[in-house]
This record gives sequence, structure tokens and C-alpha cells, in this order.
Amino acid sequence: MSDYRVLPGPEHFLPPAAASMGIRLPNPGEAHINGVITSEDKAYEEAARQFLMAKVPTIFPGPLVLWAWNEKAAKKATAVRHLFNTLKECVQPGQKPMLIPMPDYRPKYPKINPEVEINPNHPNLTIWHNKIDCCMFIGVHCHQANLSLKIIRGGTSCYTIAMCAQAGHEDAMLSFRDASVEKIMRLADTVKRLKGTVQPRLTSAKNGASS
Amino acid sequence: MADTHSIIGTKNKKGQTYTDTWKMMNEAPRTPSFYTGSEVIKEAIRRASCDVMIAYPITPQSEAAALIGELFAEGYIGDYFRGESEFAVMSQCAGAAFGGARVFTTTAGPGTMRAMENFPMWSGARLPIQMIVTCRGINSPLSIQPDTLEIAYLLNTGMLVWHAETAQDFFDWILKGYIVSEEPDVHLPLALCCDGFFVTHTKDVVNLTPADMCLPPYDPYRSPVPCMDMECPPVRMMRDPFVMKSNYISYATHASWQQEIWAAVERSRKHTIHWLNGLIDTENTDADIVIVASGTAVSQGREAIRMLEDEGVRCGLVKVKALRPWPEEEIRQATKNAKHIFVPEFNVTGWLAKEIRATVPNSQRVHAGPHVCGGMTMPPEIIVSEIKTALGMKTFSMAGRGS
Repeated sequence: MSDYRVLPGPEHFLPPAAASMGIRLPNPGEAHINGVITSEDKAYEEAARQFLMAKVPTIFPGPLVLWAWNEKAAKKATAVRHLFNTLKECVQPGQKPMLIPMPDYRPKYPKINPEVEINPNHPNLTIWHNKIDCCMFIGVHCHQANLSLKIIRGGTSCYTIAMCAQAGHEDAMLSFRDASVEKIMRLADTVKRLKGTVQPRLTSAKNGASS
Repeated sequence: MADTHSIIGTKNKKGQTYTDTWKMMNEAPRTPSFYTGSEVIKEAIRRASCDVMIAYPITPQSEAAALIGELFAEGYIGDYFRGESEFAVMSQCAGAAFGGARVFTTTAGPGTMRAMENFPMWSGARLPIQMIVTCRGINSPLSIQPDTLEIAYLLNTGMLVWHAETAQDFFDWILKGYIVSEEPDVHLPLALCCDGFFVTHTKDVVNLTPADMCLPPYDPYRSPVPCMDMECPPVRMMRDPFVMKSNYISYATHASWQQEIWAAVERSRKHTIHWLNGLIDTENTDADIVIVASGTAVSQGREAIRMLEDEGVRCGLVKVKALRPWPEEEIRQATKNAKHIFVPEFNVTGWLAKEIRATVPNSQRVHAGPHVCGGMTMPPEIIVSEIKTALGMKTFSMAGRGS
């Protein structure tokens, strides 16, 4: 097993892909936290805890859930909205949950408005601009998600979560795999259950998201 | 959107049943058949649910491209056509794969080199195309005999690279190769190599799966990148490349993109081990002498080991099946007891020996040879001679043979 751990950055001028450092993806029914394989149960708890601790917990929905290209996508989008509403209900004053879309993957620099959308080619701009310290990717194609997650780890201290519909993401600090409506709803339920039990981190980290 | 699981058990237009791949490869009855390697490629593709095959049928190295044309005529392939050149073929393969098709093609030697620009492009665009490489000489004067130098050029393209020893490997690995390379966490092209002529033109008994079973179709909706769209990377990249923007963000994106390709090669490790039953095969690796080889050099190594046993010299064998992903830890473990590691190769530069030297501790143990190239055969006697010379044993020279 690799000694490397997938931790919040800023990690390096050009951080390595976690897979190249020996981090392996979870098998069905598992998840990973910081690159260590764990049970999904533990991952739900940790993801909810990170959301509730964050000053600006943010969900980044990608094209696979933003567009109603099939029935499943539409249901997932409704579940994502439910998770966001749950977050808003469960945070304390001073915390500011956000829902920022990644509508497509076109390189838009320097024209992008990073306040209102995130782009996989320069996701750090959105993290910095909005001082996001915890985020979750959902409905982003795996290649683009890995690209973003690595760039975020390289240049920000943001804690990254991936709710992946396929095999998961080593480049996130916490990753689920085989994401479904049920898994998104279960994460929302966990956030609700932990409401009031987690102390929010109301100052930015030392090398923080706002750097 | 097709759900692969719901398709299992249904029939295609040729009456073949879409079958769970693990059952098809490991549990279905096999029929021994006496075929050339080229015919084996055809039989594997008959069962591979291929949508598109694009050919540049330069026949001497392999008849596979022409034989698959027969499959198209029989209705087993969705579309089949000839490109204007090898470069055109590989570009057209990319187009078909961008569109969401399962794609197959073949190449060899100079054709591989001519098409080379496309291979890193395939990897970068995450296109799980399968390309058979029936290796032959690449330099002037040309040769249609086997010479594996072209594999050295493929190793850094970001493609998966496997090296088959026998026609049986070829049959099984073509089918398993699609499953590995189409995994969403991998989704990379596969260069499935063999030593041309030896494998393609000679006949061997190959155990075939039933012809009425076939792989589940490719599901492009599991791809880690969107299907072809002129506005999205990677296609957008080609008309608006990051490199055109001279700033840190553009370069960092491109760098991350490259890292993601090699991360995907790493991720293929788990799937390749599952389907090929390991990245290497080993025999007697507790011996002081170990031969490490890939392709038909494994067969020659095996025969050399038998000959040495007759003289009381015990040798182990490591058959390297996957070159990308590279079996670094496996080779280290398999050679940990070896005092001498011999690497017989069918090429002039000894690329496999270089990889092994970079992998094992105490690399002075690695003897890069024997080498043959330009289409020469590798009699097992020259491997025996190389080993005996290194051990200080009396040997004879093959140079005088036939005089």
C-alpha cells in the first residue's frame, strides 16, 4: 500500500496524479478517504462532517446531471438539489453553502466568470474567488473531474469530495463510486443527522482557499 | 442509453448471444482449431461485437485486415473500409471512436511508424481503440520478418501495450483487451502486439470460444469524456489548443491532462491482472538464473531452459505479458533470487533489457541478450550459449553452423 495520502493542498507547482503515487480506486461497495480504502458508511459520515465544518461548502454539478438527457439524470438532479437544500438547512450562521454549475468543459479563460460557474481547466479560479473550502463534484465526466481535482489539490486548500457514477476518483480527498439517487439522498440524510454536532470552521485555513 | 447488463442473453443480428465476458472466456466450452495467427485474429473479432474496422491492408505481414473484410461481408462488423494510408486509417479510427463505436484495426512496422502521431492523440482523447501490431522490421532495408523495435516507440504513447507469445494469447487477449481498455477508469487504446510472421503466418492449435457467443457491445455512455462534440475538449482542443494560450493555467491544464492519461494506465493494472491472470507468468524463479522475455522470445527461452536442464543447469522464466502497465513490482519479486537475468530480444536496441535494468536492484545482474534483429530467427542454442558463456562454461559458436 502506498504511503502517499491525498490531502488538501496547496500541494505542489505540479502535483502528481494520485494513481501514479500508488493510490487505488475502491471496489464496489467501498469508498476512499485520503487515498485509504474505507467503507461507504464511514465515507458518508466524513463527507457530511466536512460539509458541516466548511465555511463555504459547495456542490459542483456537471453536465451529466445538469441536463435532463435521460430519466436517471433528471432524478439525480432533483436529489442534488435536495442535498443542497439540506445543507442550507443544516449549516450555522456564517456558513454559506453554494451550488455552482460546471455546465460544459470548454476552455473559457480569461473570459469565464468564476463566481457563477466552474471550469475543469481552471477550477482554482472559482475556488479562490468564492473562498470555497469544501466541494463535491457530481455529474462531471471522470477525465474532467480528475483534471479539476488535481488542479484544486495543487493550488488550493479546498477539501474535495467526488460522488462518481463510475469507478471513483483517487484525486479527490474522499470519493464514492457508483453514485445513484439513493446515495445522494443518503448523504443528505447523514448531513441532517449530524446537524448541530459538528463545529464549523469559520476562519479560512492558513494557506487557505482564499489565497 | 444501453444498459450492458440488460443486453446479456439477448441476440445480435447474426444470432450470436451477448454473453457475460467472464463466463465466455473462462467457463464456456472451447473448440480446438488449427489456424494461422491471422485467422485467429479474424475469429476473435467475429466474437468481439466490433462496430467499425478500418484497414490499410498491406498484406505481407498479416492477412487479418483482409480476413476481417470477409467478416464484414458476412455481417459481423458494423462498418469496414480502407484508408488511404496508415496515417489516414488511424485518424479515421479516432473519428469512429469519438462517435462512440468499438473500433479495431491492424498495423505493422513501417505502417506503425507512419501513423505514430495518432497514438498519443488516441490516448489523450481517451479512445479505447484496439490495434493489433504484428511487429516487423521498421528500417531500410525493409523486412517482413519479425523485429520488435516498433514496440519501443509505442511504450511512451500512453497506450496500453501487451505482447502476446502465441496465437492462443492473441485470441484471448483481443477479447479481454476490449474489456480492460473500455473500463471507465481506464478508457485507453490498446496496442496488442505479437511477433509478426512467427505468430501470424504459422498454424497452431487454438482453443476457440463458441462462435455463437459474443462480447457485450461497447457502451460509450461510460466514457470518461463526452462523445464527440466539436465544442468540447478533446475535440475543441484540436482547434483551440491550450498551447495557443501562453500562460500558467493553459500549461497546467495540459500537464494535468497528460498526468491523467498515465494515471489511467496505472488504473488498468488492476483490471489487467484480473483478466490476464497477472501481468507476468513465472516458472522456477527460485533458480539462480532467470530468463525474462516477452513475445516469442518466451517460447525460445522455454526451449533453452529445457536444453540447459539436460546439462544440469537450472533456469527460471518470466513471461512479461503487459508492457504498459509495466509489471515493476512483479518483476522485482520474480527476480529477487536471481544472480543472472538474461533478456533475449528480437530487436537491436534491447528495449526490454533497458526497462528491466531500470526496475531491478543490482542491475549488473541483467545480461541484455542475446539479441537478433532484422528478421533473424533466435535458435534456443544461442540463448543457451549466452548463459553458459556468462557462467564460464564451455560453449560452441553458432556462427559455424552449416559451414
